[in-house]
Amino acid sequence: MPEVTYLEALRQGLREEMQRDERVFILGEDVGRYGGAFKVTDGFMAEFGDRRVIDTPISEAAIVGAAAGAAHLGMRPVAEMQFIDFISCAYDILTNYVATARYRANLACPIVVRGPCGGYVRGGPFHSQNPEAAFFHTPGLKIVCPATARDAKGLIKAAIRDDDPVLYFEHKYLYRRVKEQLPEDGDLVTPIGRARVAREGGDLSIVTYSAMVWKALEAAQTLEKEDGLRVEVLDLRTLLPMDDAAILATVRKTNRVMIVHEDTRTGGVAGEIAARINEAAFEWLDAPVLRVTAADTPLPYAPTLEDYVLPQTADIVAVARKLAAY
Amino acid sequence: MTAPDARRPATESSIAPPARGGPEASTTARPAAGRPAAARPAAAAGLPAGLSRAQLLELYYHMRLTRSLEERLTNLYRQGKVIGGLFRSLGQEADSVGTAYALDRSAGDMLSPLIRNLGSLLVMGARPVDVLRQYMAKATSPTRGRELNVHFGDLERGFIGQISHLGDMVPVMAGVTLTFRLRGERRVGMVYVGDGAMSTGAFHEGMNLAAVRRLPLVVVAENNGYAYSTTLERQTAVAELVQKRTAYGVPGERVDGNDVLAVYEAARRAVERARAGEGVTLLELVTYRRKGHAEHDDQHYVPRDELARWERNDPIARWAQRLTESRWADGDALAAEDARVAAELDEAVAEAEQEPLPEPATALTGVYADPARQDAPWYREVPRA
Repeated sequence: MPEVTYLEALRQGLREEMQRDERVFILGEDVGRYGGAFKVTDGFMAEFGDRRVIDTPISEAAIVGAAAGAAHLGMRPVAEMQFIDFISCAYDILTNYVATARYRANLACPIVVRGPCGGYVRGGPFHSQNPEAAFFHTPGLKIVCPATARDAKGLIKAAIRDDDPVLYFEHKYLYRRVKEQLPEDGDLVTPIGRARVAREGGDLSIVTYSAMVWKALEAAQTLEKEDGLRVEVLDLRTLLPMDDAAILATVRKTNRVMIVHEDTRTGGVAGEIAARINEAAFEWLDAPVLRVTAADTPLPYAPTLEDYVLPQTADIVAVARKLAAY
Repeated sequence: MTAPDARRPATESSIAPPARGGPEASTTARPAAGRPAAARPAAAAGLPAGLSRAQLLELYYHMRLTRSLEERLTNLYRQGKVIGGLFRSLGQEADSVGTAYALDRSAGDMLSPLIRNLGSLLVMGARPVDVLRQYMAKATSPTRGRELNVHFGDLERGFIGQISHLGDMVPVMAGVTLTFRLRGERRVGMVYVGDGAMSTGAFHEGMNLAAVRRLPLVVVAENNGYAYSTTLERQTAVAELVQKRTAYGVPGERVDGNDVLAVYEAARRAVERARAGEGVTLLELVTYRRKGHAEHDDQHYVPRDELARWERNDPIARWAQRLTESRWADGDALAAEDARVAAELDEAVAEAEQEPLPEPATALTGVYADPARQDAPWYREVPRA
């Protein structure tokens, strides 16, 4: 089995879906001739032609709106946001038009909107965002956040095949840093809505997703070595719909839970997870549910500032120790 | 700042409708010039625009149906049977009907309306009973009581329902027409905007995308003078909406929106351009909103003489006069259409009125295809529908 990067796995997934289903097409800024700002669609225009790989003007609302119109007629468009920060320009059309289409008008809208999210790359306030919380609150959307190369591929394939709109947030820090051996043949699909236990453990649980899975795993190693703690790491993979069963299972197993995300703290996904645990499994808890998140600031550029604002492995270790000792 | 009464029925030079509503002054209502006679056999009988007598009468029927349906809705509104607001297109029936009538339903053409395009939906085959159900929030309504008024669609009949966020349907219809193109289909799309919607970013983005890719889309700009209470002069610095076409590099036309034949002919030209692969056309229809934004709005901000002037320029009265004076139809034929409309609406109102509101728990279905239904909150035990 060849080793492929997270980015290459995503690319493979996109390409395979375009090969197996003529209804799939890609639209976005610089996705065609240039092959995408991060080269996710490099070579696609040559392979699939300029009808199925469409370079658009700088118009996120039009990209998503046009994808929606095509989806109504049975197409399977994949819209790229060059950086996911720009998805906010399509917020109206995503939340008001796309997300409500099935409910209000019984109108299928199977689009995928994907793009690079996340920090740790010195990208500053507008090339580092994690916008999941802005959409997590919108019924009708699905949100996936792959952490591994396998899921980068498996979730893009599942997203394209899903009958509802899916936001696919790929972490740019992982693009070329994460590698995995993947089978060359076979149909690798990761089911939407299902979490994955990334590491088994019995003393405490870290519920997390996207790039933070790797920081959590790193922290778990440290905690095992230095403290003898067996830490379970749950990789959510999908935020909407959330895998409540998997979260409750780990709560019941370890009775101590912390949630880690790279997004800012107030109104973040962690708050919702904590509320669900509180409602459904309060009596299983031996400690309060704790959070490790970014500070509530725009993301600054300077390395000293960015590192201070974003969650670090040492933060996770420190909070885990507090949780274990409670 | 423009004087409050500056809004005349139209700019005098290009499209001036008659001061007293007579059809004789209409400058654009002439037989389709420049087309070979063989292509329009009706011309031999003195009929305009390649339309048959039956079609000319059908334009009247659709406009009459639009107005009468809204009048029935007004009665229901006053009886408290319309749950939400009521939006009238009084005086604008010609632009909705004339534009939609230019589409080819058998070819699979599609449109997306705005709030004052009830007539467009009726031309595409929307049923009055469904419109009544929508306004009365009935379980049987096309949106099962989830959405209001003319916010509903029907892919089979060729229309996609709008949402309240103006301009959003322009990118959506760009995607619809992009799909026609990708599939090699010779279908055409039409999308409606108004003097207000054209100020939105979504309009600009969608228009630009459609223009760049030369998509088969007709963009109908209804200039009815007001966006809620905001006049054209406070909405845009251009004197005519059609001037915006130059920003997108597309052709455009400005037409008397109260002359149904002129509207039809201009829309027809735009549809033919689109079908021939020549891309987007911007069509400005000059008309007037004779009621408030919705039924609650008393229009106190509208000069009375301006309103009176436009009342004398009624599109249905003009078309009726034109039909009879040109001997394309006689008074009996028009009366028969009126009676047909009344009978259809009697039946539709009776049917819709006695239907139930949706069962509460149906609210939890259909947010997603999977799961098709979500669980109710534990404190809200409602029997499953």
